[in-house]
Formats: sequence, C-alpha cells, structure tokens
Amino acid sequence: MMIKVQIDGTYYEVTPGKNLLETCLTLGIYVPHFCFHPAMGSVGACRLCAVKKYKNADDKKGRIVMSCMEPVSDGLIVSVKDQEATAFRAAVIEGLMINHPHDCPVCDEGGECHLQDMTVMTGHNYRRFEFKKRTYNNQDLGPFINHEMNRCIQCYRCVRFYNDYAGGSDFAVLGSHDHVYFGRHQDGILENEFSGNLVEVCPTGVFTDKTLKAHYTRKWDLTNAPSLCIHCGVGCNTIAGERYGGLRRIMNRYNGAVNGYFLCDRGRFGYEFVNDDNRIRKAQIRITKDKNLEETPPEKLTTALSDAFFGTKRWIGIGSPRASLEANFALSCLVGKDNFFHGISRKDHLLVKTAIAILMNGTARSPSLKEIEKADVVLILGEDITQTAPMTALAVRQAARNKGIDSTVKSGIAEWNDYARREKSQDLKSPIFIASSFGTRLDDIAEKTYRASPMDIARLGFAVAAMLNKNAPQVKGLNEAQKELAKEITGVLKDAKIPVIITGIHSGSPDMLHAAANIAEALKLNGQHPLLSFLLPECNSMGLGMMDGKSLDDAIKLTDGGESAGLIILENDLYRRADKAFIDSLLEKCNPVIVLDHLVNETTLKADILLPVGTFAESEGTLVNNEGRAQRFYRVLPPDGSAMESWCQIRDLMRLSVNHEEVLWEKFDDVANAMTDQIPAFSKIKGYFPDADFRILNEKIKRQTIRFSGRTAISANIDVSEPKPPDDPGSPLAFSMEGSDEVPPSSLVAYYWVPGWNSYQAMNFYLDEPNGSLKGGDPGIRLIEASAANHLLFFNPVALSFRSRSGEWLVVPAYRIFGSEELSSKSRAVAARIEIPFILMNYGEAEELGGKDNDMVRLTLADKIIEVKLKIDNSIPAGILGLSTGLPGMPYLELPGMGKLTVLKS
Amino acid sequence: MFSILRSLWYTFLHAFHKRETILYPEEKPYLPPRYRGRIILSRDPDGIERCVACYLCAAACPVDCISLQAIEGENGRRYPAFFRINFSRCIFCGYCEEACPTYAIQLTPDFEMGEYNRQNLVYEKEHLLISGEGKYHGYDFYKVAGIDAGVKEKGEGANEQPPVDVKSLMP
Ligand code: SF4
Ligand code: SF4
Ligand code: SF4
Ligand code: SF4
Ligand code: FES
Repeated sequence: MMIKVQIDGTYYEVTPGKNLLETCLTLGIYVPHFCFHPAMGSVGACRLCAVKKYKNADDKKGRIVMSCMEPVSDGLIVSVKDQEATAFRAAVIEGLMINHPHDCPVCDEGGECHLQDMTVMTGHNYRRFEFKKRTYNNQDLGPFINHEMNRCIQCYRCVRFYNDYAGGSDFAVLGSHDHVYFGRHQDGILENEFSGNLVEVCPTGVFTDKTLKAHYTRKWDLTNAPSLCIHCGVGCNTIAGERYGGLRRIMNRYNGAVNGYFLCDRGRFGYEFVNDDNRIRKAQIRITKDKNLEETPPEKLTTALSDAFFGTKRWIGIGSPRASLEANFALSCLVGKDNFFHGISRKDHLLVKTAIAILMNGTARSPSLKEIEKADVVLILGEDITQTAPMTALAVRQAARNKGIDSTVKSGIAEWNDYARREKSQDLKSPIFIASSFGTRLDDIAEKTYRASPMDIARLGFAVAAMLNKNAPQVKGLNEAQKELAKEITGVLKDAKIPVIITGIHSGSPDMLHAAANIAEALKLNGQHPLLSFLLPECNSMGLGMMDGKSLDDAIKLTDGGESAGLIILENDLYRRADKAFIDSLLEKCNPVIVLDHLVNETTLKADILLPVGTFAESEGTLVNNEGRAQRFYRVLPPDGSAMESWCQIRDLMRLSVNHEEVLWEKFDDVANAMTDQIPAFSKIKGYFPDADFRILNEKIKRQTIRFSGRTAISANIDVSEPKPPDDPGSPLAFSMEGSDEVPPSSLVAYYWVPGWNSYQAMNFYLDEPNGSLKGGDPGIRLIEASAANHLLFFNPVALSFRSRSGEWLVVPAYRIFGSEELSSKSRAVAARIEIPFILMNYGEAEELGGKDNDMVRLTLADKIIEVKLKIDNSIPAGILGLSTGLPGMPYLELPGMGKLTVLKS
Repeated sequence: MFSILRSLWYTFLHAFHKRETILYPEEKPYLPPRYRGRIILSRDPDGIERCVACYLCAAACPVDCISLQAIEGENGRRYPAFFRINFSRCIFCGYCEEACPTYAIQLTPDFEMGEYNRQNLVYEKEHLLISGEGKYHGYDFYKVAGIDAGVKEKGEGANEQPPVDVKSLMP
C-alpha cells in the first residue's frame, strides 16, 4: 500500500514505514543530513535534516522537525525549501564549522567530503565567528586508519558503526560537553575487523585510509572500475581506483544482496600486493634445470614455447580457485578436460565438491548476506567466521538484533528509530549458537557456545537433525551436556521463521557439511525454509568447484605413473596446497613446467617458463561466491604490455600448440561465451553481464570522473604529445573521462557521483531506496537455486567422538583474517597486522608441560616438525590445539591431525 | 562611397600617431606584477616549499596541463614528489593561482618562454620552484591549518585553543 505525502507543494506516492529523510532521498530530493545512515537508522543527533512540517493545508506557519525522525504518514505536508528551515540548516552548519580546522587542502577527505557537500548545499560561505578553535590531539590507530580529531562534527556515526553495528569494544566517545572525543582509551590498533568502514561512515576527514595516504590521490583523479574483493569466498563488491599506473585504493561498491555499505579490513586494505616490487612483469625462462630464471625477449620466448609444445605430447593443467572462471576454462580447453586439475588438495576438493553437491541438490537455499541479516536463528558449526568469511560475521551480528527489533516493532517503534529501538530491546538477542573448537569473535552475541573437536561438533549437528526428525540417523553416545544443548538448539530451530545454518570447509571435516545438510533437510521436512550457507575459502572456490576436474593429488598420482608430461600452473602457489615433498616431485617429474602468475612465490621460482599475468586489477573475469552468485570484475589498471590477462596468455599458448578452435577468441566475451555454452552449470551467466558492445547512446561507460586532471601532463615528461587513451575493446568501460552521463547498469557502476554529492553518500541516489537494491537490481546472478520439491537423503554420521590421548593432541586449524589469505598477506598494511605463527593451548595443559604464553614450542605432526609460539587460550578444550594456518612461514599441513608438543627451553 | 573615403582618411591619419610598437627585445615593455606569464612555485616565509600537493590547481586547470603526486615527510608535511606543467598546453588563464589555497603557485610577468623544441616546454618541479615567496609575502598555510605537520604543536596554530584534555570534566 502506498501513501501520499506533499513535499514542497508536489504530491508523491511513497512507501509507509520509512522516515521522511529516507523518503526524500528515495525521491531524489536533496535533504542535507549527517547522522542518519541507511544501514544504521536515525538518532536525530546532528539537527541538519530540519524541514518544515505543517499540520494541515490551512497551517501556514508550520514547525521545524528533523526529517530523519519524522515517520511518513498519509497526508503529511512538509517543505524542504521553506526559508526558515533553510536558515536553520545553514545555522547548524555554521555552528559545526566554528571549530572546523582550515584543513581541506591537506585533508584526505577533500573532494569527497560529506561536510564540504553539506556546507555548500546549505549555503554557509563565510566564517563570522572570530574566536579560537578547539583542538584535539590525535591517536595512532594502527596501519589502516589515520586519525585527525580536529575535524570532527560530533555526528556520532563512528561509534554507532564501530560499537553498535560492528560490535567493537575498543572505541568510544569520551569526554563531556563540547569536549567529546572519538577514539580509543589510548593509542593503539583498532581491533575490530571492520574498522576500515569508518573511512566511509565518518562524514568528515577524522578517519581516513592510511594506505591511500601513502600514495594520496583525490577522488576526481582516480580511474575506477567495478571490481570484486578476491580475498575470501564472500565476494564483496568493490570499486578499485588507479592513478599513474598503480592501484591506489579499494572502496565499497554497494550491493544490496552481498556487502551492502561495508567491507572488511582484509578486503579494503589487502590490495597493495598489486603494486608490489615482487610482481612478475616479464616472461622468464630457465635454459637448463640448473640455471636461474632469466628474462627473455618475446621472439626467444615464442621459440621456447613452440619448442615446448612441439616436444610435449601430454600437458597437465592445474587451475586455481583464485583465478577467474574464464582463465580456468581457457586452461581446461588448452590441456583438455581430462588433464585439467583443480589445484587444491584432495581433501579440499572433496569438501568443496560435497558442499556444492548438497547445494545443487536443492534442499536448502544458500542465503545472500542480506538474507542472513534477516535470520531469527543462526547455528554456526565449526567455523570462526570472522576470520574465514568476515562479512558473513557482520551479517550474523545484525541478525542477532532481530529479536530486539521484533519486540520494538510490537511496541510501535519504527525500525529506523535506532536509539529508541536499542533502548527498548536492551540485551534481547536472537539466538545464535556457535559450535567451534575455540573461542570466536562472535561469542559476545552467542546464546550458547560449544567448544569441542570438529568430530564432536559434527556429532552435535547430527544429533540436532535427529531430534528434529526421527528418521534422521541417530547419534549414539552423547553425554548429558551435549544432549541438553542439542535439545535446546532443536527447540529454537523448530520454531524459527528464518533459520540459518552456517558451516564451511575450513575445519576440514566433511561430516560438518553432512550434519548441516541433515539439519536443513530435517527443517524442510518440518515445513520450514532453512537457509544453508557453506563458507569456502577462496574467491572462486565455488566457481572452480562447479567445473569438471580432479584434485591436485590426482595430478601428482598421474605423474607417479611415470608418464612424461608438461605442466601448466595457473595462478596457484602449489606449496600452499600440498606437502612440499609431493610438489617438489611433481615439478621435478614434469617437463617443462610453465607457470602463469603475478607475484613471485615458491612455485614460480621452480618454473621453467614463467609468464606474467594480470591481477584482478588488470583483468576482467567472473567469480562465483559462497552464495553461488556469479559476479564480474573489470580491469582498472590500463594495459601497459607487462601483464596480460590469464586467459589471453593461455589463448596465445593455444595458438602455439595444436589447432584449437578456441584460438579465435579475440575478446573476453568470446571466451566467456564459449564457457557458458560448454559448461551447463554456467549457462545462466550468458547474456547477464553487458558485453563489450554495450553502449548507452553510442557511448561507453567512463572509468574517470569529469574532473579527471592532468591529461596533458601525466606523460609529458616522456613525450610532450599526449598518447591517445588506452583502448579497451574487450569491455563496455572506457579508460576515459568521456562517456555516457547516464547511470550505467548496476554491474557497471565505476564510481558514485551525482551533482552536489561528491562524497560516497552519492551512492544513495543509485539505489531504489536507501539500504535497498541498486536501481536495475543488485549485480550478480545466482547459479544455484533450491527448490521446494527437492529432498536429500540423510547422511549418516561417521565421526566418532574425539578421545584425547595423553601426550598427543588433536591439532585443528586456526585461521586469521590477516595472514591466512595468500594475496592480502603480501600487502603492506595487512602484513603489519599478521601474527607470528602460533598454537593455541589451554592454560592447564600448558602449565603441565611447563609452557607459558609466548614460549616457543615444537610441534610434531605426522612427519613434520615445526616451531611456533605458544598462545594460552582457555577457550580451547583439553586435548585440542589450534594451529595458525596459512600464515606466511607456515608450511602446508593436513589438518586436523594428531600431533605431539614439546616446550622449547629458551 | 563616402564612408569608404572616410575610412581611408582615418587610416591614413594613423601614420602620424604616437607609435605603440616598441623595439623588443632591445626595449622591454612594462608588465604589472599581476600579469599572467610563466608559472612558478614559491616558498614559505621560512623557506620551505609552500605547495601542499592538494591537487586543486590540477583540478582547476581547463587544459589539464598540471600533474603532480603528493608525498609526505616524516612528520606528515605534505609536498609534491613531482610537479609537472606542460607549458605547451598552458593557456595562462591563472585558474591554478586562483584555486591555490597556499599561494604556492603564482603566475609571473615573464613571458619569454619560446623554445624550438616543444618537449622543452615541459617544466618539472626543479624548473618551477623559486627560492622566494613570490607576490604574496608572509603567508604560511600550516600556521593556520588544523594539522600540525611538524610545523607547530597541536593548539599552537593561529586562532587555536590548547588541545582538549579529554579526561577533564570541568566546564
Ligand atoms: S573534513 Fe571535509 S571540510 Fe573538513 S577539512 Fe576535511 S575536506 Fe575539508
Ligand atoms: S569522528 Fe566522524 S563519524 Fe565520528 S562523530 Fe566525528 S565526524 Fe562523526
Ligand atoms: S568479507 Fe571477504 S570478500 Fe568481503 S571484503 Fe572481506 S575478504 Fe573481501
Ligand atoms: S593548488 Fe597550490 S598547494 Fe595545491 S597542489 Fe597546486 S600549487 Fe600546490
Ligand atoms: S540526519 Fe537528521 S538529525 Fe542528523
């Protein structure tokens, strides 16, 4: 039902239940504001959004109200342009500017500053206040965020985000009266994993991006492209910005179904590997096995490659979950389907395949983050999701508030009325159950936590399924506590409207996936609509898993047979995937070894022929996220000849090898279309993303703003005649400031700007309503859908309960948001946050061994011996150790596994 | 017919007017300080580069012939790592000077910039930076800005109160 409101004499049909400010923004009416944030609601703190409200048509006087606190109601009459309201807003800005420093030229927010925009919009031009300005000392907040407290206008958005929305606890508003201070109790790293969002949430330059500061560029000078975060399986949408050939920053790109307004710090600050000195820029060849890799001129390379293809009958291709679908597909075409391997260990391969099979089966829907936010019960099995899929954790944190919201709605408090809602709901939380081997960063919102081995967690899951449905396989030998907990979870799940089960493959246990599937199936049989989210580790784990191909171990087995073969490795450091000895022998046996990658790693060092390829910033490609949503990223760095996209390199290899029909591939679209034609799982992608011929009124979509500067000077030191802008025939975007002024389709939005709104807040005008979907639908297409008719056969529990043995421990993996992912760890700011490899152990057990916090310990696992730091963590049960996984310097270890530990005397 | 003759007559009379043409280059014309010629980058009263690399001149330039990159010194003072003006494109409109918040970039009355080779019209920072304050004396941006940048302590700038003691509850 729509209602009618009158704004400045014009009637509009609007949706009820919103506040007036949201409504105006939806209608495209400019109402200045600060403290309202669509994802966080209104608190009415800044008083800038004042408008005039009239009682009825006869009321000529009206009264000033805050539009963000005013519900829209049928027949509402308001005026935004009213003189008194306008003057009121100008006065508010003038008041805020009294203490505002004269900083814009050296302020990183300048040019995309919400305060600048609002000051111009309200018409406050000249400073009349002649007294002294208040000043503050700043804090060092770590490698991500710069703090310049003088610029604060006390809108309270930062604390509301950091504490209320993201659950941080080391940040607060301090002080009193006009001395309030937004920061930590003392200098130190902001601990919350979402601290980077302060950059966008704060309407001024108090919090700015420290990594951008190191190579600062104004917003208007950036060349931008719609991109994707490649640092985990969530697939958040980003805007990547380039200047002078380097990647300068990552900003949030709104996607209502995925990341909304936010990003995690790994995604925002993990981009700098693109500019790393260790980038592979030139092709390199090893003439003989005992020589080093050497850079090669193109002619020699071609000869070497043709020789290689002439002399080698069989090629093994190893794909990668961090490469795009198209690159993997091209490789499988080059080597043939039977010779294409997924480049992940057999164990991971099995886990990914299991997860996909369960989702494909159609029992339960894999939820988007937006759907997770709406959940009323969440059960997390065996994952520390803040470390493995950070934005999913942020979504779960929002879900926890739903019970409180329900209670407030019942008492008539609007959903957007944030402060009232929080006061009313107090500590009321939706039930979140977290079962994991040790403490997680979401424990503060958990109804109950359960700490046990992955086997026991899976057994708990099976037990819940069994209690929900008596046909589900029963679990024997549960103790009282476990039964009690299972009963409690079952009781809550049974009545849930939107139950969400989250698990993943990070704990290395297929049972966990089976248990989750059983619960989902049991709920479905109960007539409910369960949502089932599987967290996979990498940006394209899901996409690669949907393609045919065996595991890395199978490739190794093949070469063990003694058959000689050449090896092509696509963007994959195999030493992170399997035992060093195995990979050594694989690389030894295959000849030649061709590696395509962008950063030097252990595998590239072993290549016979090393070919440079583009990173995500230099390529176009499709990735499939945990949800099964295919999304596309576009290149932002102009081609400089050094880094070809992976699929282009592979196409060129095809041209050198036998007659492949694929050599016809000219543009990205050609390979993408060939893929969607040949692989039915991807057929939905076809035609979804605008192709290279896409034009709006005959024009491409521009990557640069109209105010892009320096065109005739940037390369004038090399040649005073400026070159023509780089061509980009393969994409609908242009490396140019000239292009269509229309709003592009949602998947092609390269930056946000509308007249008068230079800041990131301009994005609200690209949405159908604040916090809604992008106009034209949220980008990405879901490849996997559940269906009501589909059912699953219950899986049988196989895991036996874990029994600790004296002198031996079960070692389970512990992931870290900073460090466990390969590429972000190679970025400067993230690298500064990486811990040294550690092992988590219970205090009691450590004491028995004579170990203290920070002691070095020696861990013997299978035939491996590693030395790591001991970290006392009382959340981990006796008999279990949590070993940091994926951190630089950690070898590949198959976990979970049984290990022995000795404390090294220092 | 008459008007043509009248025009001819007036034109002819010009032959007896005072000459405006001077014998340049032997004789130099007077150009006022506000003349818009060769662009320079000036220094603060204390002799440090004035430009704070804010990119405003580059944004204001209608032919986009200014390009620079900001970089920061140890204590956060920002300056251009490189600063390039392509004078073969510059139209000497003076918008850059107008946009500059620090008086760093200034146009001067020097117009003698002819080159045989166009490439030589590309000026880098070393060609632009002079050792004085130029037309505007006494202005030091960092003294009036809110950031300290190693130039002053917090609260010691012009028109600033000492930093707030957050722990104090006094009014
Ligand atoms: S916060 Fe905005 S208005 Fe304030 S100094 Fe920075 S750019 Fe200028
Ligand atoms: S620091 Fe920024 S977000 Fe926080 S109150 Fe100040 S202006 Fe608002
Ligand atoms: S949650 Fe994952 S995809 Fe999203 S920003 Fe963080 S690392 Fe990137
Ligand atoms: S406007 Fe002035 S301070 Fe800013 S970059 Fe240009 S010369 Fe430097
Ligand atoms: S936005 Fe309404 S009071 Fe701040």
